[in-house]
Amino acid sequence: MLLFILERANYWAIIGLMMIGLYITFASGNLIKRLVGLSLFQTSICLFYVTLGIVAGGTAPILMDPDKPGGHGGGHGEDHAGEAHAALDATLTAAASGDRVADLANAYSNPLPHVLMLTAIVVGVATLSVGLALIVRIREAYGTIEADEVREIDMETAIAQEAEQAKAEKEALA
Amino acid sequence: MKSDHHVILRVITKTLIPVIVLYGLYVQFHGDFGPGGGFQAGVILAVGVILYALVFGVPSAMRAVPPAFTRSVAAIGVLLYAGVGFWALLQGGQYLEYQALFQEEPGGHHGQHVGIILIELGVLFGVSGAMLTIFYAFAGRVAEIRDEDW
Amino acid sequence: MAMSEPDIGLALVNIVLLGLLFVVAIAIARLRSLFAIVMLSGIYSLVSAVWYVAVDAVDVGFTEAAVGAGMSTAVLLGAMLLTSRTAKPEKSLRQLGPLLVCIATGIMLIYATVDLPAVGDPNSPANTGVGLTYLRVAWYDTGIENVVTPVLGSYRGFDTLGETTVVFVAGIAVALLLGFGERSLAETIRNEDKNLSKNAPKSDAEDEESDS
Repeated sequence: MLLFILERANYWAIIGLMMIGLYITFASGNLIKRLVGLSLFQTSICLFYVTLGIVAGGTAPILMDPDKPGGHGGGHGEDHAGEAHAALDATLTAAASGDRVADLANAYSNPLPHVLMLTAIVVGVATLSVGLALIVRIREAYGTIEADEVREIDMETAIAQEAEQAKAEKEALA
Repeated sequence: MKSDHHVILRVITKTLIPVIVLYGLYVQFHGDFGPGGGFQAGVILAVGVILYALVFGVPSAMRAVPPAFTRSVAAIGVLLYAGVGFWALLQGGQYLEYQALFQEEPGGHHGQHVGIILIELGVLFGVSGAMLTIFYAFAGRVAEIRDEDW
Repeated sequence: MAMSEPDIGLALVNIVLLGLLFVVAIAIARLRSLFAIVMLSGIYSLVSAVWYVAVDAVDVGFTEAAVGAGMSTAVLLGAMLLTSRTAKPEKSLRQLGPLLVCIATGIMLIYATVDLPAVGDPNSPANTGVGLTYLRVAWYDTGIENVVTPVLGSYRGFDTLGETTVVFVAGIAVALLLGFGERSLAETIRNEDKNLSKNAPKSDAEDEESDS
């Protein structure tokens, strides 16, 4: 039971962080605070992906010596091509035959979530700044960045417009 | 910005910025062997310019790195990345198939290396240009709130 | 399937760092000063970068430190400068609904994690799939040691092209929404000229200035 909890505590902690981000996004009326909450949510999703890629006893996915035959420190090029080609064929046939036993000498954590989250973080800051630009324009148009005040101003404008329209129609009828 | 009480900040910034840019380039070109790559290096280069803008004022940063330059760099980066794909197409391969760049057999690494360095350069240009464009857009807006309200 | 011996050091680092993240997140939820919120979100990014390094995701940690702590703090500060300094206090009654929704969602998600493989399980579906294949073939395909780089640039080059385009388009979108920023330069130069001959009020000068 303790082992079960220990193995999943990471998930639970990350879900807790995710929910705090969601709560900030829901509960605060300030638009900038909302965006900060959204970025907390996004960061916790990145944490979750990376958690899925952890391999116990593994290391960062940068190949170490026994796993990179035929070269060292950028040793590559034509002289190694034939040898590397044979090795590639061997690896590919091993993979195709369903032999999933790792032929790597060291354990590495899964590089795929790293790649996905790396780009997601950069795209996240880009989209965050688009949201902030919209908030700046909202502030310039409404004079406030509180969601309820913006809604009130919208409501007042709509009511005023409607009254004006009704008045104009009445005048046209008369 | 001419006031004298920021002198320590200014001197330290002046010595730090070359180091930051050098580190950005290291991260860019060492991405094959260690952590790093175009995304990180682009942001680090952009942060170097942003630090300059924060300490010496946005106008002097804009004189050094004009906004027209940053947005052209962003466009050039994306074009460079897409261009590598078209280069592979012209060599008879598939889009972004680096193996086809020099028409190598499988197992040859020259095309892969050149392709990855070029697309990482494209990412560097695209990200640093876009980030600086974003920063200039925010910093170039005239603030309505006075500093006394802090 | 289970970890034969739970790594006590890693578990300790996890507890400390995730606990720090919790503290920072709750502080962000409770604070009203936007400046403090922005600074704490930078701290959140830095702590999570440390956590990424602790779980061997060095590239992600690097990116988070550079982007999350550096870039997004700068952008948030820039936006805050143009909007307001403090958030309005929320009505306590209005907070109850979101709190209940979040707790319910959290409980459902935690229930779902019971089926997930254990953290660090090398035989989990995520770790035996294409990620392992990348690790095994990347060296022979590309001759690059850091597997993240060939996966980013070569195996998933289309993906990265799309991401770069998104960043570029976001930059253009922000510039279209807020102007390219030459305004500030032009206005400063104009103010300097005015200052030479007695300074004038500098408000509302932005509307006359048109970008080219």
